[in-house]
Amino acid sequence: MTAMMHEQQTLTPAGETKMPETKMTARDVKVFYGEKQAIKGVSIDVDMDNVTAFIGPSGCGKSTFLRTLNRMNDTVASARVEGTITLDGEDIYAPSMDVVQLRARVGMVFQKPNPFPKSIYENIAYGPRIHGLAHAKADLDVIVEKSLRRAGLWDEVKDRLHDSGTALSGGQQQRLCIGRAIAVEPEVILMDEPCSALDPIATAKIEELIHELRGRYAIVIVTHNMQQAARVSQRTAFFHLGELVEYGVTSDIFTNPKQERTKDYITGRYG
Amino acid sequence: MTGPAIFLLLAGLGAIAWVSARARALRLQSAARASGRRDAVHSLPGYHGWYVALWTLVPAGIFLAVWANVAPGLVMQDVLGSPAAQSLPADDFSRSAVLGEARAIATGMQTGAFNPLSQGLVEPYKDAIGKYGLAGAALALLLAFAGGAYAFTRVRPDFRARTRVERLVMATLLIASLLAIVTTLGIVASLLWESFRFFSMVSPVDFLFGAKWSPQSAALGYGNDDAFGAVPLFWGTIFIGAIIAMAVAIPLGLMSAIYLTQYASPTVRKWMKPTLEMLAGVPTVVYGYFAALTIAPALRDFAVTIGIHGASSESALAAGLVMGVMIIPFVSSMADDSIAAVPQSMRDGSLAMGATTSETIRRVLIPAALPGVVGGVLLAVSRAIGETMIVVMAAGLAANLTLNPFASVTTVTTQIVQLLTGDQEFDSAKTLAAFALGLVLFVVTLLLNIVALRVVKKYREAYE
Repeated sequence: MTAMMHEQQTLTPAGETKMPETKMTARDVKVFYGEKQAIKGVSIDVDMDNVTAFIGPSGCGKSTFLRTLNRMNDTVASARVEGTITLDGEDIYAPSMDVVQLRARVGMVFQKPNPFPKSIYENIAYGPRIHGLAHAKADLDVIVEKSLRRAGLWDEVKDRLHDSGTALSGGQQQRLCIGRAIAVEPEVILMDEPCSALDPIATAKIEELIHELRGRYAIVIVTHNMQQAARVSQRTAFFHLGELVEYGVTSDIFTNPKQERTKDYITGRYG
Repeated sequence: MTGPAIFLLLAGLGAIAWVSARARALRLQSAARASGRRDAVHSLPGYHGWYVALWTLVPAGIFLAVWANVAPGLVMQDVLGSPAAQSLPADDFSRSAVLGEARAIATGMQTGAFNPLSQGLVEPYKDAIGKYGLAGAALALLLAFAGGAYAFTRVRPDFRARTRVERLVMATLLIASLLAIVTTLGIVASLLWESFRFFSMVSPVDFLFGAKWSPQSAALGYGNDDAFGAVPLFWGTIFIGAIIAMAVAIPLGLMSAIYLTQYASPTVRKWMKPTLEMLAGVPTVVYGYFAALTIAPALRDFAVTIGIHGASSESALAAGLVMGVMIIPFVSSMADDSIAAVPQSMRDGSLAMGATTSETIRRVLIPAALPGVVGGVLLAVSRAIGETMIVVMAAGLAANLTLNPFASVTTVTTQIVQLLTGDQEFDSAKTLAAFALGLVLFVVTLLLNIVALRVVKKYREAYE
């Protein structure tokens, strides 16, 4: 029964009036770690205009699924991905897809802020340099300033661009990492529990930033904090035991879940 | 009484003490337990056994150790006091020869006397040795009994034997670790003392900055001036150990560490890493003859073919190349550790930006691991400049100040070996120079190690 309901709900969020521009699609994606199956056939669309939140209890596969979207699972030797994932209609697991290009288009922000042990400037300049986006120092300066402004960090660090990125506070480090991802002009930004290591004030700043970035980038955020999902996202997908249980407009999911499991999770019955 | 007998006797006493104390503790404790109070019994019976056994053995053992050092002096006093000693020759040298011979005969290591004088002293020697041997044994046994009896009376159900025994165990461990430190200090003190004697003959300035090294001429009586300039030795050491060897070891070690940590499949890594580390287990003397018999002649022939003058069959290059190979495992395992210590999140961050593996290595992993790598390299340098066997066999003895890697140079360690092998007099500058060289080497490697450990430690803290 669950499988049937999947079919209906996954392709487009329920309660949709106008079709927004679809950026990424996943069809029947399965992920295996060795013998163990972590994702059991997930199909979902991610669009440009809305922030999509993945929620679910620990170990439900939401982070694993997120990492298939920019092929970060490639770095895990035992991981194997089946199914189709497209970016602008192009299969990202096709042999012709260059993973370097893909990751420039689909950026990622991690759970724990991970600035490189370099200066703030060099952290932002890292991506543009490896992708050859700037040829002169002046171009790079422009990119660095623009990225830091978009990440809401410019005013705080403009006088100390050459200090180490690791010397910033946790929240600033995470915004630096968002700025670093923005600097290569990605189309999609994946955020893997970006606030789980931050205090409430830093969290509020990141959430505000997500609001500002919405529309410019397709944003997918994994969170175990349901209030956060409710605050920052317009679409919510609930994962449980490697399955996508329900996907819909965030307000519907939280006020009127159609699946029993979603309701149990949202009302705090488990998770 | 002879040594082995007394030890056996003491061991027997100890065993008896252990068994009887344990039995007594068992008996007393079961009685106490019957009274019903839980805190009436403290330690397991075995601990009481150990407590009493240790009280039996330790004081007696300490006494025997002290006695072994005191007794010869007492024996000598007795012998010199005997009437036969009146006829001993006056000069120290023949006197000690006679005494030595008499002692050898008395203890049965020699049968006949070369010097008739010794024969007369054999009896007094035998008497004195017998007397003090017996006295020592008697005192030791007395101590063992006294100690054992004292401890035995303390065996009560609530006596804290475990605490005492464990305290002694801890003290033993402490002494064991102090021993290594004391030995190091002793070595340093002897180096300092002999070097001080050397520097009272040769000025430190001449030694550290002089460019001419010919200790043989000083030994032949041409004077100490100008003969002990160690700069060519320092240069040879640096040239071989820190320049040529590192030119081999740093790139190869680093590249193998990168391959093993970043590219190799787990199976390959499982085989390659131990194999590489086996290089560190090859005895240096094996490297030495490989350098001297295989590499050096080949290099000389090569140098002659391409028309380099002054190519020697004992070249800096041969020793340096082989030493570099020997050092590879040091560099690679340190680099391996520090690259592996860079958090995975750093690597993920870079890969998620669309960097390739090699870009990630070059731009993120190596810079982040650099302090650890530098620390490893410094340790490797300190190992290389202290290395002896390879340079003794392959680097030659000529103290040349040269930049030509095909020429023969000599190193500090080679010269120390040269100065100290064979019969030496310990009051000539030539011999003492070895200690001054050793001191310089010690100070330099110590500094390198300290700097390296600090660098590595600082770096480790950065990620924890």
